[in-house]
Amino acid sequence: MSTLLSGIAASNGIAIAKAYRLIEPELKVEKNSIENVADETARFRAAVDMSKTDLQHIREKAAEDLGEDKAAIFDAHMLVISDPELLGPIEDKITSENVNAEFALKETADMFITMFEQMDNEYMKERAADIRDVTKRLLAHLLGVQIPNPSMIAEEVIVISEDLTPSDTAQLNRQYVKGFTTDIGGRTSHSAIMARSMEIPAVVGTKEATKTIQNGDIVIVDGLNGQVHINPTPEIIEQYKKEAQAYEAQKAEWAKLVNEQTVSKDGHHVELVANIGTPKDLEGVINNGGEGVGLYRTEFLYMGREQLPTEEEQFEAYKAVLEGLKGKPVVVRTLDIGGDKELPYLNLPKEMNPFLGYRAIRLCLDQQEIFRTQLRALLRASQYGDLKIMFPMIATLGEFRQAKAILEEEKQQLLAKGVTVAEGIEVGIMVEIPSTAVMADTFAKEVDFFSIGTNDLIQYTMAADRMNERVSYLYQPYNPAILRLVKMVIDAAHNEGKWAGMCGEMAGDETAIPVLLGLGLDEFSMSATSILRARSLISKLSKEEMEALALSVLNLETNDDVKAAVEAAVSKA
Amino acid sequence: MQQKTFKVIADTGIHARPATLLVQASGKFDSEINLEYNGKKVNLKSIMGVMSLGVGKDAEITISAEGSDEKDALNTLEETLKKEGLAE
Repeated sequence: MSTLLSGIAASNGIAIAKAYRLIEPELKVEKNSIENVADETARFRAAVDMSKTDLQHIREKAAEDLGEDKAAIFDAHMLVISDPELLGPIEDKITSENVNAEFALKETADMFITMFEQMDNEYMKERAADIRDVTKRLLAHLLGVQIPNPSMIAEEVIVISEDLTPSDTAQLNRQYVKGFTTDIGGRTSHSAIMARSMEIPAVVGTKEATKTIQNGDIVIVDGLNGQVHINPTPEIIEQYKKEAQAYEAQKAEWAKLVNEQTVSKDGHHVELVANIGTPKDLEGVINNGGEGVGLYRTEFLYMGREQLPTEEEQFEAYKAVLEGLKGKPVVVRTLDIGGDKELPYLNLPKEMNPFLGYRAIRLCLDQQEIFRTQLRALLRASQYGDLKIMFPMIATLGEFRQAKAILEEEKQQLLAKGVTVAEGIEVGIMVEIPSTAVMADTFAKEVDFFSIGTNDLIQYTMAADRMNERVSYLYQPYNPAILRLVKMVIDAAHNEGKWAGMCGEMAGDETAIPVLLGLGLDEFSMSATSILRARSLISKLSKEEMEALALSVLNLETNDDVKAAVEAAVSKA
Repeated sequence: MQQKTFKVIADTGIHARPATLLVQASGKFDSEINLEYNGKKVNLKSIMGVMSLGVGKDAEITISAEGSDEKDALNTLEETLKKEGLAE
């Protein structure tokens, strides 16, 4: 029977494929007495053998897809699952205490995990994660539960998940994952951002995708309208195949603009650049005609791992991005962790209001070694392209001055060591805190550029948590309050001869673009997949007319009034 | 019983890949094989045992083997240590 779920259209396009549930099962361990020790031991050994077979497969797959280097980690996993010092005590426990294998495994593994976690050595601490991984697999086999393994997907699928973390997404094979849908999240949640950067259709916030969709169901993800069809009728499939074709045709039309400049009807040029998360996203930037990178979110380098990335790892990633863009500008945002982005290995205390708490530049100015390591990697990479450095979450001029001073110190130390650092690297800030928007005229005297981060600017201005669906109606990008702040920032930059960009979702929004063009925004940074559509839109607009429109909408009363006024004006244009 | 003492020369000590190699090599023999460092003795067929020792550079380690193939075992391990530049 065909079922329909509605959610938020997070990434454009239409995908039809079989469902693949990416859900961590709950592995509940109970303590039971057993009657037959020999049977229980045999059951345990069988689970060990099955886990070994799994790991063998994963290892082979990893060697094929990612190279021998990355596959080596599974050698360590193989040794853990064969380790006599782990298996012996478990079997002893089953025998001497007459307990079930699950319980004996959990007790023994927990002891080892605690032991390794307490060691005063990062490498050893990481081993705790290996043991945890291996025992999870073993436990799943004992309990007869399947654990999903996204890296093993080998056919076209739609991934179904409660939410997708950046590390989940990193494991998805772009060749086979055609789309995804989640229970929670909104247009600006990380899963949505990742979907756009992977250029796969996604619908998020369906509330009940994981409850409704079973493995193997045929699913249509309509990322244009925010709908998910489960086991659709042949007629619906047919209709969607046509829509998918129409969308492809529209995309082909936009594709003709790949090598064109972004120019309004009356000849005004703006820059359309892309938001990226990893060097892997460069291909999308180039294929979609990005004129550079307006936001490189470096936190993905820090996520989905067990310890901080080294200076060398960071240097390689930054160098790859700078070289890949061949001299086009790349705005790198320094570490923006905290809020909804956690790094478990930093052991940060839980906060009541993480979005208002210890995050981004606040953390970096406090834990300076983390910050300095990143700055050194950036400075060393600067000679490979046009690097611009941007500090996130700046609330006061003092924070900016301190961050810039640290950058300068690191630069001088590198120069003293004879390291080449590019001349005249621009240093700017994200404007996402209202205090900074209000003080933009003062900031503009000292920064080289602004980039308005609208996702946060809107949530802080409206005092509405963007992760909380119950207050999502307050996410109002066209509210005149937001537009007036945006205007203050752009005007402040221009008065000092600086440039102003925008790297929030709003920069790629079809209703916002005409207003932003009118307000004089210089640089629009968006998901790579939005660039060509935006270029097409801007080519049909007159900057002069949009200036008049922008000034008039600033005096309207509500978000909806602005939306209606812009839509009316653009449809006439 | 066969035993021999080595000095670790690898910068990383016996972590990660070196530990993996030694445990893999030991697993091929029937003999009981132990690694002794700093007064502690662990089963060289156990990755967790080996890593829990935290053997660093310049450490003095003793490998002992006891069983039907003890001679072979010790020779193979010595070869592995030297070939990989781990110890001398």
